[in-house]
Amino acid sequence: MSVQEKRIHPYKFNMWLAIAGIIMMFAGLTSAYIVKRSQPGWESFTLPGLFTFSTVVILISSITIQVALNAFKRRRMDKYRLFFAITAFLGVLFVALQISGFYRFEELGMKMTGMGSNSAYSFVLAIAGLHIVHVLGGVVALLIILARAFGSKKRNYDSMPVEVVATYWHFVDILWVYIFIFFHILH
Amino acid sequence: MSNEAAIQSGAIAHEVQEQADIHHHHESFISKYIFSQDHKMIAKQYLITGMIWALIGGGMSVLFRIQLGFPEATFPWLEDIFGHWAKGGRISAEFYYSLVTMHGTILIFFVLTAGLTGTFANFLIPFQVGARDMASPFMNMLSYWIFVLASIVMLSSLFVQTGPASGGWTVYPPLSAIGDAAIGSKTGMDLWLVSMALFVVSQLLAGLNYVSTILNMRTKGMTMTRLPLTVWGIFFTAALGILSFPVLFSGFILLMFDRNLGTSFFLSDLVVNGNVLPNEGGSAILYQHLFWFLGHPEVYIIILPTMGIVSEIMSVHARKPIFGYTAMVASLFAIAVLSFLVWAHHMFVSGMNPFLGSIFVLLTLLIAVPSSIKVFNWLTTLWRGNIRFTVGMLFCIGFVSNFISGGLTGIWVGNSTIDMHVHDTYFNIAHFHIVMGVSAFMGMFAGVYHWFPKMYGRYMNNTLGYIHFWITLICAYVIFWPMHYEGFAGMPRRYYDYSNWESFKQFAELNKVISFAAIVSFLAQLMFLVNFFYSIFKGRKVTSKNPWQANTLEWTTPIHPIHGNWPGEIPEVHRWPYDYGKDGIDFIPQTEPVAPGESGDH
Repeated sequence: MSVQEKRIHPYKFNMWLAIAGIIMMFAGLTSAYIVKRSQPGWESFTLPGLFTFSTVVILISSITIQVALNAFKRRRMDKYRLFFAITAFLGVLFVALQISGFYRFEELGMKMTGMGSNSAYSFVLAIAGLHIVHVLGGVVALLIILARAFGSKKRNYDSMPVEVVATYWHFVDILWVYIFIFFHILH
Repeated sequence: MSNEAAIQSGAIAHEVQEQADIHHHHESFISKYIFSQDHKMIAKQYLITGMIWALIGGGMSVLFRIQLGFPEATFPWLEDIFGHWAKGGRISAEFYYSLVTMHGTILIFFVLTAGLTGTFANFLIPFQVGARDMASPFMNMLSYWIFVLASIVMLSSLFVQTGPASGGWTVYPPLSAIGDAAIGSKTGMDLWLVSMALFVVSQLLAGLNYVSTILNMRTKGMTMTRLPLTVWGIFFTAALGILSFPVLFSGFILLMFDRNLGTSFFLSDLVVNGNVLPNEGGSAILYQHLFWFLGHPEVYIIILPTMGIVSEIMSVHARKPIFGYTAMVASLFAIAVLSFLVWAHHMFVSGMNPFLGSIFVLLTLLIAVPSSIKVFNWLTTLWRGNIRFTVGMLFCIGFVSNFISGGLTGIWVGNSTIDMHVHDTYFNIAHFHIVMGVSAFMGMFAGVYHWFPKMYGRYMNNTLGYIHFWITLICAYVIFWPMHYEGFAGMPRRYYDYSNWESFKQFAELNKVISFAAIVSFLAQLMFLVNFFYSIFKGRKVTSKNPWQANTLEWTTPIHPIHGNWPGEIPEVHRWPYDYGKDGIDFIPQTEPVAPGESGDH
C-alpha cells in the first residue's frame, strides 16, 4: 500500500505507453511521407479550408474536456456531464468536418484513391483517416464513461477513468495539430 | 493537490480489487479456463496456442523439406491429403511458396513472439516482481483473445481456394500489393494482413501490460536492480514491441490502401499479365524500410526474453550468482537501443547508397559488443559452477552454443560486402535459423522444463527430456551447418527445385541429409508434446514449494498457487535474486532478510 501511493496508477501509465506506440505509428507514416515527397511525381497541395475549421473544433474540445475534468474533481457532476457530452459532440463534428474535407479534395480534382490518384493526396487520406479512427476511439470511450455516469445508481468519485480519457483526448488533439502543421509545411 | 488525491484513491481501488480477487474462489469453467483473467492461466493458454501453431508451422517445414530433399520422388499420400496442391504426390510450386511463407509468418510471429513472450511474460512477471496479477488483468485477457482471433483468421487463410499468402514472410510489394500477381496474392494475402493487424493490436495490449506491471506493481523492497534477469529481458522486449510494431502497422495500412483503394504508395510502372497498371510514382523500397524498422527489432523481441530465461535458469543450476548482473542489464539495454538503428542491413542489395550502407554496417557490428558480453557472462557463470545437468540447464547450454554459432555468422552477413554475395542464399537461412530460431526454441524449452513444476505442480519426464534435448541439438546443427556451405556456393533461398540447376546438383545428397534431419527433429518435438501433455496429468508430483532451490519469488507461492498467487501478504524482498553459494550457504531466497555479519552486496 505504502509503496503504491507514490506510484502513478498503472492504467494511467498504460495510457502513456499506448500514446508512445501511437506516436511511433504516425512517426512511421510521416517519415514515409517525407521520403515519398523527395521522389519524382509528387504533387504539392494546400489543405482545403475545412481542415482549419476542424482544427478549431478539436482545439475547443480539448478545453471542454478539461472543464469537464475539473468539474468532476470538484464534484460538480451536472457540469461535468454537460461538458463531457459537448466534448463527445465536438469529436463527432470534427470527424464529420474531416470527412467532408476529403470530399473537398476530390471535388478540387485531387484524387486520393483509384486511377489517377497521387500518393501526396493518398497520404492525406491515410494519415488523417487513421487519425479519425483514433478520435472515434476516444468518442466511444467518452460515451461509455458518460453512460456509466448517467446509468449508475452508485455515486462514483474515482476520477481515474476520466483522467485517462482526458489525457488521450488531449493527445489526439495535439496529434492532429502536428499533422495539420506537417501538411502545411511539407505539402 | 487534487491530482495527488486522485492517484491515491485509484491506488486504493486497485488494492481493494486485489483483495476481492483473493477471496473469490468460486469460478465457473468459463471464467477459469476460457475467459480467464488470471495471469497463470493466460500464460498456459498462450503456451498451448503457441504449441498448436508450432506444430502447424513446423509441419510445413517438413513438407517443403520433403520437396527439397527428394525433388524427383512422389508421395501419393501427399495428394491424398492436399489434393490438387500436391498433384501426383509432388508438392506444387504454388504450394511450396505458400508453405515457406506461412512457415516464416507462423514461427516468427505466432510462436516465437506471441507463444514465447506471451507465456513467460504472463507467467513470470507477476510472480517474480511480487504482484497478485498484471496491471490490467482484463486487458491481458483481451490481448490473448485478440491473438486467438488473429490465429483464426490466419488459419482460415490456409483453407481458401487460392491458398494462403505466398510472397515470403516479409510480404514485399509489388507481389503482395497486386492481387493478379500470383494466386497467393489474392484472398490469402488479404487475410494475412487482417490477421497481422489483429496480431499487432494484441501484442501492443500485452506489451503495455508487461511494462506497466514491471514498473508499477513491484512488491516492497523489489527495486529495479533486484529484478531477476528474466523480467529485465521481458521488459526490453515489451518496450521494443510497443515502439516498433506500430511502425509495421503503418506499413500494413499503406499496403491495404494499395491493395484495396488503388493508391500508389508502393507501386509504380508495372505490367501484370500484359496489362499496364495505372499506378505511378510509388516506391517498393519504402515498404521495406517500414517493414524492417519493425523487422529488425522483431528478432530481438524474439531473443531477449530467452536471454533472460537462460540467465536465470543457468544461475539456478550452476549454483552460482549470474556473472555481471549489471553488465547483463546494460547489454540488454544496448541491444534494445541498437536494434532500432540497424534495419537497413536487410536492404544492402536494394540499391542503397554504399556510404549509407557502411554506417549501417558499423551500427550492426556494434551489436556484437553487448552480445559478446552476454555470452562471456554466461560462460563465466558456468565456469567452476556446481552444475546440475537438469533438462532445463542442458537447453540453456544448447542456447549458448547456438547463439555463438549463429552470432558469429552475423558478423559475416552484417558486412555489406559479404552480404551482397550471400544475401537471399542459404547462408542467410542458416544464420538466422541458428541465432534466433533454434536459440529461441532452446531458451523456450529451457523455460518450459524449468517452470513446468510451477505451472502444473508436476515434473516433466526427465529421460524423454534428455532425448528431446540431444536430438534437437544434433539435428539443429545437421540441418543448418551444411546450409552455410550451400549458401557460400550461391544457392538462393526460396527456390522450388534445385535439381534443375547445374551449379546446385552437387548438393542433392546434402539436401537429403538435411531433410532427413528435419524430419527426425520434428518427430522429437512431437515427443516433447507428448511428454508435456502426459506430464500435466500423470507426471511425478512436486512435493516441495521450491524444487530447484531457487531464490526468486515464484517459488515462495504454494505448489498450486491460487488466483492472487500468495495466500497471505505479498512477501517483502530484501536482496537480489542471485545469492547462490554466498558465505558458504547454498542459496538465500530473496525474501530472506540480510543477516547480521553477512558479507557485502554483490
